Amino acid sequence: MPGITREEVAHLARLSRLELKSEELDHFADQLNDIVDAVARVSEIAAEDVPPTSHPLPLTNVWRKDEVRPSLTPQQALSGAPAQEEERFRVPQILGED
Amino acid sequence: MPATDITRWTAAETAEAVAAGKVTAVEVTQAHLDRIAAVDGKVHAFLHVDADGALAQARAVDAKREAGEKLGPLAGVPLALKDVFTTEGIPTTAGSKILEGWIPPYDATLTKRLKDADVVILGKTNMDEFAMGSSTENSAYGPTGNPWDLARIPGGSGGGSAAALAAYEAPLAIGTDTGGSIRQPGAVTGTVGVKPTYGAVSRYGLIAFSSSLDQGGPCARTVLDAALLHEAIAGHDPLDSTSIDAPVPPVVEAARNGSVDGMRIGVVKEFGGEGYQPGVMQRFNESVELLRELGAEVVEVSCPSFTYALPAYYLIAPSECSSNLARFDAMRYGLRVGDDGTRSAEDVTALTREAGFGPEVKRRIMLGTYALSSGYYDAYYGSAQKVRTLITRDFDRAFADVDVLISPTTPTTAFPIGERADDPMAMYLADLCTIPSNLAGNAAMSVPCGLAPEDNLPVGLQIIAPAMADDRLYRVGAAVERAFTEKWGHPLLEEAPAL
Repeated sequence: MPGITREEVAHLARLSRLELKSEELDHFADQLNDIVDAVARVSEIAAEDVPPTSHPLPLTNVWRKDEVRPSLTPQQALSGAPAQEEERFRVPQILGED
Repeated sequence: MPATDITRWTAAETAEAVAAGKVTAVEVTQAHLDRIAAVDGKVHAFLHVDADGALAQARAVDAKREAGEKLGPLAGVPLALKDVFTTEGIPTTAGSKILEGWIPPYDATLTKRLKDADVVILGKTNMDEFAMGSSTENSAYGPTGNPWDLARIPGGSGGGSAAALAAYEAPLAIGTDTGGSIRQPGAVTGTVGVKPTYGAVSRYGLIAFSSSLDQGGPCARTVLDAALLHEAIAGHDPLDSTSIDAPVPPVVEAARNGSVDGMRIGVVKEFGGEGYQPGVMQRFNESVELLRELGAEVVEVSCPSFTYALPAYYLIAPSECSSNLARFDAMRYGLRVGDDGTRSAEDVTALTREAGFGPEVKRRIMLGTYALSSGYYDAYYGSAQKVRTLITRDFDRAFADVDVLISPTTPTTAFPIGERADDPMAMYLADLCTIPSNLAGNAAMSVPCGLAPEDNLPVGLQIIAPAMADDRLYRVGAAVERAFTEKWGHPLLEEAPAL
């Protein structure tokens, strides 16, 4: 199995939406390497004929009637928002000015 | 019933006294609030104490009783709630800075059921951030101390709930068990912790860590108290698509009539030996002898795949958490950092998550992201899912031969705070014996089985039952508890030093 480099941690952090500090990159690289080395053992007994289990219960869709029921008010739903405007979540810009 | 200190009563005794009018729910609640005020500065079991809300609930219970209305079986009994369940109008943080100050607009189903059962919620307990940890050192709000030795961990991630029980701050508590977070704290604090069958207790309103593993459950000082709480919170919930629509097993009846006479009990061969503290194994071996004396047939059972449970867990849980924690994006609730008008939404999300998450959470999110990456998915996540199948097959084979399985709950007693803080692999070993049940979804319990001679700290006996046979846990647990209490002359917790 490949080792996890500082650069790879930086890549993982970007994918994970984490703005890691420089000193964290080395620290996590060492720790993630140790963990990945230890957990790689799972492939030892994972034979091709063994079906994977993603969940302990057989999952089925749950349907409910399409009818109006009481739910949170807009004020309640927005009550935890860091910023709001005109009964909506206010979010930072997504596109640049260009 | 002891007349002296209300906080020493069991939940069953308290409920009986309230129902009979020997004490009011307000008096019971105030006694526990006083206890919290006196000792929680040392223990730090609570993140938030809702004194006004608790007293209001208690007054409502007293009013119901005076009006002759029907009371729930736990009416007026105080409870400490792990801070991972949403509580309307009361802060809920999951032990994280990213949710600091967030007040949920709704109750979790479990919270609602507690209120409907007339249980008095004292407040929210400390925990490892997003339930990731085995020591409650990963809480963003500082660690909790183990009431047996405040310099040691109370277990994790539900260390606050277990410590509240052991410090007599509450007779009941709620935890969640993703890899052992109810049972492991129970073991190291000398209390009872139960992971019900996966799907038995609703996860609606439980802040998700690893959805296929997370399970809320009862924590208590006695097996009967745990059963009473189990019955109050379990049962089908249409708001949770993974909730089991089947009757709750008769756990209270099992706890009242605990017996192992004629039962066949399997000792898991793979749990023991190297890495296990000698005193833990000594107390476990004594428990095996006790079970034989009580009329059980004890046989050795081999579950070879269990040795792969820990690595499988540390791939599956981080993978699911990397997805579940994506919702903490700085837009909808909680913290927002860097929104000064110059940064994009993506940058604000990354800055917020960097500031709001602690190191263990970041580590697991990145590990999960890695395990789910193209090129590594089959080798890591795919293989871990296959191990999950093999572990379930091991359980099925074992339960075809025995009624329950037993093992030590944890390989060691409570370790000193800080000892494993920067060594994730050493920390992960604390959940070695508890993880297989989470992967397979069956039920398990930890009951106290003595103190390790080398450090005089509590040791837990783990009992594992098939899915939806939770009552077997209580039958065995109650029998063990009764026999040990007779042998010691008192409950184990009475040996804990005064705070």
